[in-house]
Amino acid sequence: MIELRNLSKSFITADGPVDALKHVNLTVNDGDIYGIIGMSGAGKSTLVRCINMLERPTEGSVLLDGRDLGAMSKKQMQEVRREVTMIFQSFNLLMQSTCLQNIMFPLKLMHAPKAQAEARARELLETVGLPDKANVYPAQLSGGQQQRIAIARALATNPRVLLCDEATSALDPKTTQSILELIRQINRDTGITVIVITHQMSVVQEICNRVAILENGVVVEEGDVSQVFSQPRATATRALVFPEMANAESQGGSGYGQLLRLVFEGSITIDKPLIASMAIECGIAANILGASTRTVGKREYGYMLIEIPGGPDELAKALKYISTVDNVAVQVEAEYRSKEAEA
Amino acid sequence: MNQFALAFAPDKLEEAWHVFLTEFPQGLWETLYVTLLSTFFAILLGLPLGILLVTGDEKGIRPLPKPLMKVINVIINFLRSVPFLILMVMVIPLTRVIVGTSIGSVASIVPLVVAAFPFVARLVESSLRELDPNIIEMAQSMGSSTMQIIFRVMLPESVPSLVTNFTLAITTILGYTAMSGAMGGGGLGKIAINYGYSRYKYAVLYLAVIVLVLLVQVFQSVGTHLSARLDKRIKK
Repeated sequence: MIELRNLSKSFITADGPVDALKHVNLTVNDGDIYGIIGMSGAGKSTLVRCINMLERPTEGSVLLDGRDLGAMSKKQMQEVRREVTMIFQSFNLLMQSTCLQNIMFPLKLMHAPKAQAEARARELLETVGLPDKANVYPAQLSGGQQQRIAIARALATNPRVLLCDEATSALDPKTTQSILELIRQINRDTGITVIVITHQMSVVQEICNRVAILENGVVVEEGDVSQVFSQPRATATRALVFPEMANAESQGGSGYGQLLRLVFEGSITIDKPLIASMAIECGIAANILGASTRTVGKREYGYMLIEIPGGPDELAKALKYISTVDNVAVQVEAEYRSKEAEA
Repeated sequence: MNQFALAFAPDKLEEAWHVFLTEFPQGLWETLYVTLLSTFFAILLGLPLGILLVTGDEKGIRPLPKPLMKVINVIINFLRSVPFLILMVMVIPLTRVIVGTSIGSVASIVPLVVAAFPFVARLVESSLRELDPNIIEMAQSMGSSTMQIIFRVMLPESVPSLVTNFTLAITTILGYTAMSGAMGGGGLGKIAINYGYSRYKYAVLYLAVIVLVLLVQVFQSVGTHLSARLDKRIKK
């Protein structure tokens, strides 16, 4: 189990101190595939580097099964880094070494007998599906294959935690799929805990069971992936889950009506098309500016930004009508406008 | 006919050819061993120093006290900025202590090493700095010690670049040997100066220059070829 307690990290830059992480509290259970998602600059990379102490937290602690990593000696830390290994966006293979030598690298660091290290490396080449690449140099491999070798290398010391720092961000969608599938398979077979750092919601959706959303160094939302996906609460989460809405909001409609945001929280709209029935029953022709919804088990989750033409009377009528529909919340967009003005 | 053309008259050429056959083998041998030994010692001193410049840097894997790094840098810059001709004279006492004399081919190795090792240190520094910092981070994330990062990551990953830069060092040192040859050292430089400058036998001087140029060409081709062959990033 990994616990982050009140973790903060600030950097001194030319423009003064920057708080990359602010009082982060997270718990990752054994066997989890835990996603940490955020836009670039949210502090994801700093967070993952605090977990293996590549970055020393300014405040707070990282506990691995109750052991405080910050209090460890250099020697103990080297031991821990065999238990908590890492793969990277740029693979970071040794370009002058063969694939086999790359996988043996962490074993050589701990002075493992050569024959034993080589046997383990060959076994891992099988695991990642590249048994014929033992004596090939990384430059001759595709990106996806290089990441497979990096995964094999990260697994060489039989770690209990695998940190993936944007591990699929440099790969095309199809290769991403296959790498994620491999990670999931390893998680299933070995019970290894995986922490996935990414900016792609699709990655979290694909393999994670839990997720934390990071914005400006703060965890704004945390929980089971299905729950966070179906009912995102924080603005940052909504922007990640429904990226299309960010565009619609910035366009802002014709300006002649009132903007409404409809939030579908598991409503059953298949039987009763909301906007169409509102037009028929109330005579209000709402203009749909943007919509982003997901259907999870016949229920609708998501957002819709609509414009109600006319004045306050029409608005009241529309609000009254929508309130009769179950599991749809309405937010009057003026509220959002003022938020933007603040920003 | 002008003096220049006279210097290449048939009889002069014949004389030059005679010098070539009698004195050049010895000169070539001296030039070669002085160059190779000087390069060897320059790398022996310059390689660790270059590594130190990178690892001991503020952002390096094992930062050393800033004032210490400053002093090292100033010393290197000082040695690099003294003209070789002056440096040779400056290190005469040191040469006497180490070799016992300040004259001859062996003695000329001392000033050559003193002049070349700071240069080599800078070359090593630049080679190691080319390395992707992400690779170092990877090694740290796997629990490498400082020494393991240096010997298992930094140096092996920089081999092609180091070979290229050592080639540059050896050709530069070869050029310096000609200068030290003129200042009491041996080798082709000595022959060129003795005949060409002191006795106006330009044909001999030009012949010596041609041999030196050929030597540089050989070293450079071997170095370039070796570097490319060692580089596993190149797809074959």
